[in-house]
Amino acid sequence: MHSIRRHLVWLVVAVVGAFALGTVALARGEAINALWIVVAAICTYLIAYRYYSLFIADTVLRLDGSRMTPAHRHNDGLDYVPTDKNVLFGHHFAAIAGAGPLVGPVLAAQMGYLPGLLWILAGVVFAGAVQDFIILFISTRRDGRSLGDLIKQEMGTVPGMIALFGTFMIMIIILAVLALIVVKALAESPWGTFTVAATIPVALFMGVYLRYIRPGRIGEISVIGFVLLMAAIFGGQAVSQSPVWGPMFTFDGKALTWMLVGYGFIAASLPVWLLLAPRDYLSTFLKIGTIIALAIGIVFVAPTLQMPAVTQFAQGNGPVWSGNLFPFLFITIACGAVSGFHALISSGTTPKMLDNETHARYIGYGGMLAESFVAVMALVAAACIDPGVYFAMNSPAALVGSTPEAVAATISGWGFAVTPDMLLQTAKDVGETTILGRAGGAPTLAVGMAHILHQVIGGQAMMAFWYHFAILFEALFILTAVDAGTRAGRFMLQDLMGSFVPALKRTDSLPANLIATFLCVAAWGYFLYQGVVDPLGGINTLWPLFGISNQMLAAVALMLGVVVLFRMKRERYAWVAAAPAAWLLICTLTAGWLKIFSPDPKVGFLAHAAKYADGLAQGVLIAPAKTPEAMSRIVFNDRLDAGLCALFIFVVLSVLFYSVRSCLAARRANHPTARETPFEPMAAA
Amino acid sequence: MRNAGTSLAETGRYLTRSLAQSLRLMVGLPDYDTYLSHMARTHPEQEAMSYEAFFRERLEARYGGGKGRCC
Repeated sequence: MHSIRRHLVWLVVAVVGAFALGTVALARGEAINALWIVVAAICTYLIAYRYYSLFIADTVLRLDGSRMTPAHRHNDGLDYVPTDKNVLFGHHFAAIAGAGPLVGPVLAAQMGYLPGLLWILAGVVFAGAVQDFIILFISTRRDGRSLGDLIKQEMGTVPGMIALFGTFMIMIIILAVLALIVVKALAESPWGTFTVAATIPVALFMGVYLRYIRPGRIGEISVIGFVLLMAAIFGGQAVSQSPVWGPMFTFDGKALTWMLVGYGFIAASLPVWLLLAPRDYLSTFLKIGTIIALAIGIVFVAPTLQMPAVTQFAQGNGPVWSGNLFPFLFITIACGAVSGFHALISSGTTPKMLDNETHARYIGYGGMLAESFVAVMALVAAACIDPGVYFAMNSPAALVGSTPEAVAATISGWGFAVTPDMLLQTAKDVGETTILGRAGGAPTLAVGMAHILHQVIGGQAMMAFWYHFAILFEALFILTAVDAGTRAGRFMLQDLMGSFVPALKRTDSLPANLIATFLCVAAWGYFLYQGVVDPLGGINTLWPLFGISNQMLAAVALMLGVVVLFRMKRERYAWVAAAPAAWLLICTLTAGWLKIFSPDPKVGFLAHAAKYADGLAQGVLIAPAKTPEAMSRIVFNDRLDAGLCALFIFVVLSVLFYSVRSCLAARRANHPTARETPFEPMAAA
Repeated sequence: MRNAGTSLAETGRYLTRSLAQSLRLMVGLPDYDTYLSHMARTHPEQEAMSYEAFFRERLEARYGGGKGRCC
């Protein structure tokens, strides 16, 4: 009797969630309130956490509360510190939440909100949260080692090296795509450009303050920095309206690309305390604050969803990105459903601070559920703006034209009624001259956030402020990621090159550092430039590459989970990791194959290259290329992207090969072969 | 009644302290008091770092090693 009553409340949660999800999924024609989505998501998370994560914790992994964690064994008060689980949850969440969960769902909204929502919910419950949880568990039982080390240890040196190299390439693509988002948001926008540029002197001032004036007082300087940032937003408004200053901060995409590349090189060469650290403080606190504000805003305003549940682009042929729902939806929404990058965090600082092994469930599984909720909110923000405006912002000019009249006519022809006046008015509302061709997710999300938040604070007059606040918030943490990522890439590269030229390995040598930094910046800068000049908007090319590589890393992490379960002699539960790994392998390998070999030039790189190569051979210019040189550059870039895709496929297939081998070896052994740090009991408190 | 009041105040103090600790840890700064008590308990013979030195040491550890961050 007691045990039934214990489940009763969860039954109610399940029924409420199912009802909300049914309302969202089955509604046709009538307007749906965003709160249904929020309720459906939260109920799904609660049920998944209460039952599925408990099953994984108790039955599959058998978390052991009496086992000493690395934080206790190596306690040094610095890296290894037993930490309160709520405090650690905040740390972990801040480390995994980034631009990914905000951008992917916005891009996926072209198919309607329903496909994206279902994948976010199913993906996080069965794949994303499972991955974060299992990797955190594996790393905690092995002194908090990193993913690369874990793969080396459990599968062998070769797959470890391959995985590390794959991680480096993923990093380059991520940096390029993140930088592209910033370029798309700031092009021809003096307000945005001034505001984002102003963050550099603000961060420098904070850095000097923290170093020399009042060392280590993070709280007060962050408040000062925040006030200065808000002043920068208002300053940007004044700049954009000034006939003198306005044009000085108006740049096209190419100019912004060169500035970003230069910024990346200089920022990654400066001492960390001067620019990177203070900017990180600002972006982290702003990120957390904005996420909370958006959650409150959505609940308070309860916006109505304007986007249809499913659009005709679910069949493929969408203007934002090409390809069918399967497999491309599942690589477009990466973070928020499942993200391989989280495996690097779950095997990074978090396992070194776990006070008790049983907390891994709350922090690993629960942290990812929270991240997924951010993705749901981004989806809501994108779906609550007018679909006509959404498509006008995200479709490339080559497809819909470049004047408000042409764009409105094309998009209305698709069945999303929109007038040129609406497009001009939206641009005016958010304080910009144009909103056309701003693919990349950030501007769309900013319009959606402005749409929601101005109803809470400020009214119509504040809409432009909220828009630029959202742009600032995204640009800020993307620039932090570009800086930190370039440094990380530099270290990986120095490690890699050091095998051949030992002098380059020395991280204390200035020339070696500068060479590695230059190579790293050149690599992502190349892809960024390619994306900026891409007539189809760049996102169409780079985002799938990012999605494929990121989901492949998730597949690699889950395969590691399978191997470890086999080696622990728990293979009867290996499906918990094997099923999502198989699904990710199917999606990423299909998507990778299609990106290379699809005969549709909009999807397949080689078909696209062939189209332009044929044009070159016959001496005809194919729009939007204006010169034969531009055409041969397109051909070269297409082949390069195809090669990169093939490389990713090779990486994931070789890890698959080694995983199967390790699993078979583990099955043959008659005792557990997992290499855990030997059991030590937790000291009595 | 007084008991309820005290425990409420205690909960408030716990929440404020956890929030502050969590915000600092988000940017890579673990709790300094925890570090001090750890040093006093296990390495009483060594001199613990000052807060300023502790701050610098953690800053280098977080960013100097080139750790990647999420997308």
